[in-house]
Amino acid sequence: MDVSYINPFIIATQACFTTMMSTDVHPGAPSLKSHPYPSYDISSVIGLSGDAQGSISLSFPKEDAENFVKLMLGNPPELNEEELADGIGEIVNIIAGNAKQHLTNFNLSISLPNVIIGKKHTLAGQSGSPTIVVPFSGDHGKFAMEVSLKTR
Amino acid sequence: MKVLLVDDSATMRRIQKTQLNGLGISDVVEAGDGSEALTKLPESMPVDIIMLDWNMPVMDGFTFLKKVREDATYKSVKIIMCTSESEKSRVVEALKAGANNYLVKPFTPEALKEKLGI
Repeated sequence: MDVSYINPFIIATQACFTTMMSTDVHPGAPSLKSHPYPSYDISSVIGLSGDAQGSISLSFPKEDAENFVKLMLGNPPELNEEELADGIGEIVNIIAGNAKQHLTNFNLSISLPNVIIGKKHTLAGQSGSPTIVVPFSGDHGKFAMEVSLKTR
Repeated sequence: MKVLLVDDSATMRRIQKTQLNGLGISDVVEAGDGSEALTKLPESMPVDIIMLDWNMPVMDGFTFLKKVREDATYKSVKIIMCTSESEKSRVVEALKAGANNYLVKPFTPEALKEKLGI
């Protein structure tokens, strides 16, 4: 299985957090997603289509998602749920868009982000295609990136 | 200088507006998609610069760009694509359609300042 396509997403994730939030996040070891699925509080998913199909998602514990979006916005004292969802959606949008430049052989298009908020929800993997999970951590929290890309 | 900021993400509009304010630009009009921007542009003139996202619901930035460039009224308005779409082919496509400059998100205030030419 060629999972080299995961690297552009890792690089784009680190660059996004460094530039937009002035914080470094560090990737852990990638693994193949398997049961039981880990649970999260907030996730943002973007669909990928073209000569390969799949998705990228970022999933956070709620407190960590709030920390990261507050960093993006210059540390406002409060965040409402709409601001939180919009911020998390934009992070994934930027990562997907940036990763595309290194995946030109797939001629990818990206969808608009969808955000799921719900305590301890799980994201099922795409059938027929492996999902790679990369844990990230930093000073302001942790999250998981999941990428699934079915190539022809 | 007056800027029309077009992005479906309220978070991005807030960040970019803060960056513009930091560069001394306080006259900023916001729109959440290309369609809203088409409504706001004529009533906001004179607009000097449009900062334009690509992927948006209702009307995307590329469609908006083409529509604005078809109208000679807005010939002097500079359009800077501000998008996460980072492939060279996209940059070329936007410049050919009449964008004056291209900024890939995420960008720093310094990069924005350079593209604004201030």
